[in-house]
Amino acid sequence: MKLLKRFWKRLSTPSKAAAGVVLLMGFIGGLLFWGAFNTGMEATNTEEFCSGCHAPIVKEIRETIHYSNRSGVRAICSDCHVPHNWTDKIVRKVQASKELAFHFIGTIDTDEKFKERRGHLAHREWQRMKDNNSQECRNCHQFDYMDFSEQGPRAVSQHSTALAAGDKTCVDCHKGIAHKLPDMRDVAGWQ
Amino acid sequence: MKNIMMALVAASALLFGAVQAENADTQADTNPGGIGGVGSLRGMSEIETTRPADDFKRFPKDHHLESSYVYQPPLVPHTIRNYEVSLNANKCLSCHSWKNAKEMGATKISVTHYVNRQEQVLSDVSPRRYFCLQCHVPQADAKPLVDNNFQSVDSLR
Repeated sequence: MKLLKRFWKRLSTPSKAAAGVVLLMGFIGGLLFWGAFNTGMEATNTEEFCSGCHAPIVKEIRETIHYSNRSGVRAICSDCHVPHNWTDKIVRKVQASKELAFHFIGTIDTDEKFKERRGHLAHREWQRMKDNNSQECRNCHQFDYMDFSEQGPRAVSQHSTALAAGDKTCVDCHKGIAHKLPDMRDVAGWQ
Repeated sequence: MKNIMMALVAASALLFGAVQAENADTQADTNPGGIGGVGSLRGMSEIETTRPADDFKRFPKDHHLESSYVYQPPLVPHTIRNYEVSLNANKCLSCHSWKNAKEMGATKISVTHYVNRQEQVLSDVSPRRYFCLQCHVPQADAKPLVDNNFQSVDSLR
């Protein structure tokens, strides 16, 4: 109690140190805090971190063009599943705390459970991508710089119409580009 | 003195054993059935030597493929990398099914694919025709391993 009182007094009375020193301390403290926060957040964006829980799904990307290709450019989990824009990123990270809870309950901790839930998870992610107009695709694949003359005739007919007009977004057609697909029976445009 | 001698003997025995084991592993003639040496199109195949793998063949992105004989399942004239055909999804049908073919400007699958083995006509692709890639295959840009003088029938030439 006495300790608390003293601490409160210390906070409420003016500091004896010069204003400059206090400002400098605040500045350094802020720097340290921000650095640590950002480093921590970046650490949760690495492939190793994702593999910690999602190892079998992380492996699925290996045979796709987003993992191995002629030019060696590749995407990791967070490139597609975490928004790059800072505020959106924070929102997504906070949402992910719910996923943490499910991890501890063990909702998808066996292969069977995961297969059972795969459709649900995929549909959620597709909906997220649809809602933000496939922002994570567009971070690399920018529509304005697409050269239709370099695309196949079928790609041109889709990209120059529905995509250009904004009727459809990338994920409407490009599903399962980095993962195996769930049951697609009721998905539009399939089968 | 006696202890040192014992230690020396033990150490040398160990070493000798290790050397013996090494020899047994590397010697080809310990393989009781021999090491093969059968000649084939791929050259001499000896069990204990591993030939370096050939380079992967390239699949052209889009090309035109003719049929060689009547009733040949049409070949796939485009790349199908990472196209999933499984219990969950069939990427081929997302363009070639009757439902989607018109919109996608793709070839419709044949009507024979809608018939089951009791010859009943179904309203959708028959399960026995579901796995497209069992019959329809893409063609890599590869030369035939063996020369042959096959000629397609007149009507297809």
